[in-house]
Amino acid sequence: MLELKQLYQGFRDPETIANLAKQIAQQAAKVDGDIRIMEVCGGHTHTIMKYGLNQLLPGNIDFIHGPGCPVCIMPKERIDHAIAMANQDNVILVTLGDMIRVPGSKGTLAQCRANGRDIRPIYDPLDTIKIATENPDKTVVFFAIGFETSTPMTAVLIEQAEKLAISNLYFHINHVLVPPAIDAVMADPNVKVNAFIGPAHVSVIQGSEIYRPAVDNYGTPVVVSGFEPVDVMESILRITTQKAQNIAKLDNQYSRSVTPEGNLAAKAVIDKYLCIRPEFRWRGLGPIPNSALMLREEFSHRDAELHFASILPTEEIEDHKACQCGDILRGLCKPKDCKVFGRGCTPESPMGSCMVSSEGACNAYYRYNGINDEL
Amino acid sequence: MTESKRKKQIQLSHGGGGKEMNKLIKELFFKAFDNPILTNEEDAARLVLKGPTAFTTDSFTVAPLFFAGGDIGKLAIAGTVNDLAMMAARPEYLSCSFIIEEGFELDKLKTIVNSMASEMKKSGAKIVCGDTKVVPKGCADGIFINTSGIGEILQDGISIKNIQAGDAIIVSRDIGRHGAAILMAREGLTLESDLTSDCATLWPIVDALISAQIPLHAMRDATRGGISAVLNEWAVGSNVEISINEVDLPVADEVKGLCELYGFEPLDLANEGTFVIALPQEYANKAVEIIKLHQGAHSGSESADSGFIGEQAAIIGTVGTERAGKVILKTPWGSSRYLDLPQGELLPRIC
Repeated sequence: MLELKQLYQGFRDPETIANLAKQIAQQAAKVDGDIRIMEVCGGHTHTIMKYGLNQLLPGNIDFIHGPGCPVCIMPKERIDHAIAMANQDNVILVTLGDMIRVPGSKGTLAQCRANGRDIRPIYDPLDTIKIATENPDKTVVFFAIGFETSTPMTAVLIEQAEKLAISNLYFHINHVLVPPAIDAVMADPNVKVNAFIGPAHVSVIQGSEIYRPAVDNYGTPVVVSGFEPVDVMESILRITTQKAQNIAKLDNQYSRSVTPEGNLAAKAVIDKYLCIRPEFRWRGLGPIPNSALMLREEFSHRDAELHFASILPTEEIEDHKACQCGDILRGLCKPKDCKVFGRGCTPESPMGSCMVSSEGACNAYYRYNGINDEL
Repeated sequence: MTESKRKKQIQLSHGGGGKEMNKLIKELFFKAFDNPILTNEEDAARLVLKGPTAFTTDSFTVAPLFFAGGDIGKLAIAGTVNDLAMMAARPEYLSCSFIIEEGFELDKLKTIVNSMASEMKKSGAKIVCGDTKVVPKGCADGIFINTSGIGEILQDGISIKNIQAGDAIIVSRDIGRHGAAILMAREGLTLESDLTSDCATLWPIVDALISAQIPLHAMRDATRGGISAVLNEWAVGSNVEISINEVDLPVADEVKGLCELYGFEPLDLANEGTFVIALPQEYANKAVEIIKLHQGAHSGSESADSGFIGEQAAIIGTVGTERAGKVILKTPWGSSRYLDLPQGELLPRIC
């Protein structure tokens, strides 16, 4: 049986990290110009800032924090959907963690809960089955969010709801996909990114090969990376080595769990219940074609967007003008470049969702980077 | 519902001031908390106090009510006794108020009350007054307990404003256990673990430190908000920089693992029997020795239910002046960052 400590033991060894920092510096010295690495996923941003890895690297390596945080990229109108559904009588809205703190145009789900509505953040999507079974007279909505990583859990939940014929459970699907987001970032004429750290947990499900088009189309190295400090440092070394050799290839640092093709069983269950949505509007990136999922037509009887169609707002809502989350998510500026960062926008009172999630770039900078600015 | 089933539950009449309430108080509370001041049944307890006195109050609501290493009753006594102990005050007299939801199982109440009685023996404190209210079903989550306490201050000057440059920071044992145990016990988190809460009465350790004439500058039990909150309050309260070495922080493997899974920080998780001390550097080793000795002496019989693991007290950092008001966390690989206050309710990360 896997022991919890195996999750981190060995991946935070100071000597290994110091040695990797030394090798990175040696390789980086051979590179002309800057290595601007986008860590697509907020989990990597968090690791880099929390463990101060950026303090160990040479000046020509820069990090650009990408759009891979499910909370950060959720446009306000989708949060408004959740609030509109939760405000209906006899509705229980179920969602994951941080989502309840993200501001829509009319406040957050947490505020909605404080006003007496039944909103339940859960640890495990399958808990929704219990909630729906125990409340047969209520309509339960699972507000599904996340990238490829959390999608299988939603698919399994749909499967269970179908198998157990639970008639009061609906789904509001907001699952998004990493590769189209990479394309959206690279399509910007001002793009600065010239390498990627790929999120390993996405590839545990979808395989490392999903990043190959990024290598082929943009000539950027992509290294699929784990989330521990040693993982991230090793991935930076692999990127830097590619840059020093002037090559660009797909590399898998997280080979302990990632295969080229991914988890076929998980992919099959996703494919059974969900299909590509023609277009999804991303916060900061705008509408991206084929960048999200939706319920397959045969399961439309569980689609909250259809069931609640008459009360869901249709208007697209832009962010506050002063908030620069969009540019931050595209890698065009850093959190501290934003005029409201740490002033009008703080984790206690976030204006933009990048400040909400513990994986958001602004939140990570706010919490961890202060000391770095002074060094 | 049968008659016998009904008898085992708290009814609204148990809070009504009549025969049922009288019976509950005499047969349960008086029996468990027996002492002459309480059983005198006056409107208020008559106390004799001497010297500087500490006075504190706390309300306890926890879900689940019973968890590995304790229950709400143990928590309600240890919590208030510890608040007194952190001011170097010997816990003497406690009040105790129950708000009980109609329908609450009487057996559970008995277990909670007996747990309170047993925990009080560890500090010698007495419950000298109390109150019982029963509220209709749905108006409370099972049971809420409020305890207040007073005690004689045996060493003066202990304050969040008294931390000085050059002080050492000590933590009394491994951190984050209570928060982690509660998370694991909550419905839906089906992790198998032997992890127990650190819930414990701290007075005997504090008493030992005072008896050894250790000059304590500040003490605080790191409850809600964890170690992060205590250190930040101290840094601001005394206008000093507190610098912590991550490598020296004692954290149980299970707590680390849970934090990895859910994206929490052990430093942010609640404790209920772990405290932080600021004291002059030259007394740090002796203080650690006393704590270890004390915890070691208790680890035998109590380890099963309190999660006591001796030998974990550690010097975790130092106090300076450079970045006054800030707490710095130094990583083992030479980088450093601010350790901020935990924010909002603890929610697991999404992916």
